[in-house]
Amino acid sequence: MKVKVLCRNPDDYVRETTRDIQRVPRNYDPTLHPFEVPREYTRALNATKLERVFAKPFVASLDGHRDGISCITKHAKSLSTIISGACDGEVKVWNLPRQECLRTVQAHEGFVRGICSRFCGTSFFTVGDDKTIKQWNWEAPGYGVREEPINTILGKAVFTGIDHHQREGTFVTCGQTVDIWDEQRSSPIRSFSWGVDSFSCVRYNPVETELLASCASDRSVVLYDTRESAPLRKVLPFMTNEITLCFSLYTYDIRHLDVPVTVHMDHVSAVLDVDYSPTGREFVSASFDKTIRIFPKDKGHSREVYHTKRMQHVICVRWSADNKYVLSGSDEMNIRLWKANASEKLGLLSAREKAATHYNKKLIEKFQHHPQVRRIARHRHLPGDILKQKRELREMREARRRKEQNVRKHSKPGSVPLLTEKEKHVVAVVE
Amino acid sequence: MQNENLVQISFFNQLMLVHPRKKQNERSEASVQVSEYFVNAEGTGDKVNLSDLLGTVEKTSGASNKTKKQLRNLQSSKETLELPLNKQQTEKIQRGIAYEKTTAEVSCWKNIILQNQKAEQMVFPLNQESSGPKRVEQVVAGWKVQTPLEQEIFRLLHGSRQPVNDPVLTPVEEQSLKAMSLEEAKIRRAELQKARALQSYYEAKAKREKKIKSKKYHKVQNKAKRKDFLKQFDEMVKTNPEGALEELKKMELSRMEERMSLKHQNSGKWAKSKAIMAKYDDSARKAMQEQLQMNKDLTQKMVVPSDDEHESIEEGLETVPDFVNDPETVIDPVNPWMRGQLTHEEPEVSCVTAEEVQTAEEENEEEEIIGEFERKRKLRQADEEDLIPTEEERKKIQEDVSEFNTLFRLMRSEKTREGSNQTRGGLNTAGEEDEEGLLSEGQIRVRSIEDLEVLDEVVEPRAIEEPSAPQTAAAEATSEPPHKKKREINLKEVLTKEAKAVRLPFLPTVVDEEERDEQISIIKEAFAGDDVISDFIKDKSRQEAAGRPAVVDLTLPGWGEWGGVGLKPPRWKRKRFRIKTAPPPPRQDQKLPDVIISEKRTASVASHQVSQLPFPFQNTAQFESSIRTPIGSTWNTQTVVKNMTKPKVVTKLGAIIEPMVKEDFIKSKTTSAGDLVFLSNCPEKINFIIFFCCKP
Repeated sequence: MKVKVLCRNPDDYVRETTRDIQRVPRNYDPTLHPFEVPREYTRALNATKLERVFAKPFVASLDGHRDGISCITKHAKSLSTIISGACDGEVKVWNLPRQECLRTVQAHEGFVRGICSRFCGTSFFTVGDDKTIKQWNWEAPGYGVREEPINTILGKAVFTGIDHHQREGTFVTCGQTVDIWDEQRSSPIRSFSWGVDSFSCVRYNPVETELLASCASDRSVVLYDTRESAPLRKVLPFMTNEITLCFSLYTYDIRHLDVPVTVHMDHVSAVLDVDYSPTGREFVSASFDKTIRIFPKDKGHSREVYHTKRMQHVICVRWSADNKYVLSGSDEMNIRLWKANASEKLGLLSAREKAATHYNKKLIEKFQHHPQVRRIARHRHLPGDILKQKRELREMREARRRKEQNVRKHSKPGSVPLLTEKEKHVVAVVE
Repeated sequence: MQNENLVQISFFNQLMLVHPRKKQNERSEASVQVSEYFVNAEGTGDKVNLSDLLGTVEKTSGASNKTKKQLRNLQSSKETLELPLNKQQTEKIQRGIAYEKTTAEVSCWKNIILQNQKAEQMVFPLNQESSGPKRVEQVVAGWKVQTPLEQEIFRLLHGSRQPVNDPVLTPVEEQSLKAMSLEEAKIRRAELQKARALQSYYEAKAKREKKIKSKKYHKVQNKAKRKDFLKQFDEMVKTNPEGALEELKKMELSRMEERMSLKHQNSGKWAKSKAIMAKYDDSARKAMQEQLQMNKDLTQKMVVPSDDEHESIEEGLETVPDFVNDPETVIDPVNPWMRGQLTHEEPEVSCVTAEEVQTAEEENEEEEIIGEFERKRKLRQADEEDLIPTEEERKKIQEDVSEFNTLFRLMRSEKTREGSNQTRGGLNTAGEEDEEGLLSEGQIRVRSIEDLEVLDEVVEPRAIEEPSAPQTAAAEATSEPPHKKKREINLKEVLTKEAKAVRLPFLPTVVDEEERDEQISIIKEAFAGDDVISDFIKDKSRQEAAGRPAVVDLTLPGWGEWGGVGLKPPRWKRKRFRIKTAPPPPRQDQKLPDVIISEKRTASVASHQVSQLPFPFQNTAQFESSIRTPIGSTWNTQTVVKNMTKPKVVTKLGAIIEPMVKEDFIKSKTTSAGDLVFLSNCPEKINFIIFFCCKP
């Protein structure tokens, strides 16, 4: 009788040394692994569910202020340090990982209207209701030494905002006029005014460092170049009677100011602050409706909404410089730290964990159009009153649309043009 | 003083001339401040002309003729100058110019933004320093001399004018290079070019030859080389004995190396595997022997070669059989270890004709086995060809599929038409809700997977389309339990059709003849109770019948004629009131005899299916193909999975992401376009975000 033996070469499955990785023989023949789409779909659905289950964005709350928080700034060189200014003129320096206040300064009388950090991270500037600009050292004074600013500039009117240049020793403030200051001088190098409005906010462009924009009290946005003697252009984004409906954000291309690139709408009350992520792909907005929303820069709707029971009107918001966290300061004296990606696991990940998260993300992206996946991925909890407001707004918008439609139907064809959402919003561009 | 005054007055008057304004009334009251323009002086009433002022210019010899002419022209012209623009307008123009400038400046980011949008992956922070090893020059450039020893060394280095940085040429060398004349340089360049070209040809040739996989070719090549070498060596012995001695030494050295190394000692991985196989496989045995022979040849002590030996070596080389070089005949491509006859083929397959047997007997045993394998393989291939449907069948199937596709498309278009009608009717809310990216916000909190399941129930998915009436009928038909019949075993009925052989190549099926018979009997026993095939045929016909539309009978008895029990409605009535519906589209399995394809739409699956074509896709085929390719590691190799699941944005843990610096990304215009290398990706920061601010 013949004896037949199945013979295998041990070299193909035995490791040469213990340091080698285990050889896993794997046959990728597609006939051996059938039903790839249904299997991947199941995995995608599970990944989506787990993503929602693990979505716990709230990290910490920093309390200690004795009045509503009016402004927050990041340290230019340190991720763990932030400063916040409150409505009682107090400025606090915080350590984020330890969640504690390092230093408290009574900086102004009345509101602290704006804070900005110098690009080198050695000092910071504050402006307040007492018409002063103060420069402070980042390092706390020694024991028993009084807190005193390095520099104090007394202005003619109240300053409402401040921002520092990315690489040079100049900064810009706004109030009745937009002023550009040299750090070495006590009077502005240049001041811009266009009409008699007062300005509420001013910001430098971080990339094109000579450009800046400001928001004026007549709903207009003015663009400046520090090298020019006059402002560049002014946009009036919306009509007064429409304000009730548009609690939106508008992204403009500064080359074509007549139509916004995107209208970001989801908030149900006024938007008070906005900050771009350092990657430039998303931005976060704080609103009077007690929520924070994260928008992709080219999408009309938010991808995330954060809220807690105790968080009141959110006044200021910042995105951390490592693209991982979002900070919000609100009326009820707390600074909150949120994850920018709600379901992300914090800390170092092992290679396998990383691979698994990437795979899951890709799966969700691949099956994002499938109704179940989409439904679960899109579900967010909202408090009842905000939900109610949202419904109300939708109703109003719907009514307006219906009316417009009817008007169009009963008037001469072509006399009532069909406007897109973007086109509706710009009233005028002033040259 | 008076003169000056005069000049002033005249100038002012001149201005008045140019801009005819109202003449100011002189004030007669006394006042503390006296305007300088209203000082009374001589000749107040007279008008001063330009000629009065410039009269002296004509006379002076110093002024050039040109200016004189210009002045004369100016005097003669009667036109007034244009009004300068008012402040608002000038500012507007200034702003316009400045805006244009800024726009142009900002537009230079366009390329970078486009590149970053298209980039598959962006790693932040940008412009990271490479962690790899640096060049010496880079390290040296950033190094500062500190200790006195270093200073001394550097002084020495610089004193001798030795190059430290990249161009490793001394100044003297550089000068000498520059000193070369143009012609010389040209000649030199031509030489260099030629040399380079030759080198590249040679390299290409060598590469080509190296790539040739044929062992035989290389063997022949090697042999030719050796022969050549020996010839040379012979000549050397005669002409240059010292050189020959050196060569001999070299040979000796190589022999020693060969002896020391384990090469050709039958101790390698390959050799070991061959040793295992040698028991069963003659070719393996031969290969081993050949290697040992090689070892012997190489380690043999080299004597000054004579012609006889030379020949013998050649012979030894010649004796290696040719078939050793042939690739191994792998019987089972899936499992190369299966060398023996392990699978039991069907008897009619394995049976060999008498002639073949006779020829086989002449050959030795191994060859017989090999030959048999060959034959079997051929037979199997033929078998597989049978299994693959013929052209006609394939065409039929394609026709079916295309038919189905057209129908499906028709249905789709109808559906979309309906949908569009609805939306035109003003039911836009659903579409708005469905808009991509819109979060569905509600009051339900999700804390666990169970909550998600609950969410399922609460938020009802879109209404599932009801399957059409005949389909439900079919479903009912199938849901009926098929009544079973108890009958005696009828072998003919059991095996009316020849079952197609199912191949399981991975199972080592070691079955003997007797076992096979046993198996058949087992199968027969297992299927004894039921008449599978006829059941199946009946089932299918039943389903087909259920799918056919039923005739709707609307005849009412007693209308237009006598009614009562047992009366049939008349012919005209039947003709008029029995309505035949249009036949349904042909079944998918119409031409497939042994398949039932269910055309029902299952509601449980429907809620998981995509009902509308999502936005970026143009047609269903595109979307389906995007879904079809699996990305998991179950289906792909590790590197492929890694590539496919690459995240779009990667950030480093704990690193500050600075905004881009313009100088790093946008080079000055002097560099050519080819030099522009956009190192990395950038956040799009041209767009300012503008927000609606109303602080409480």
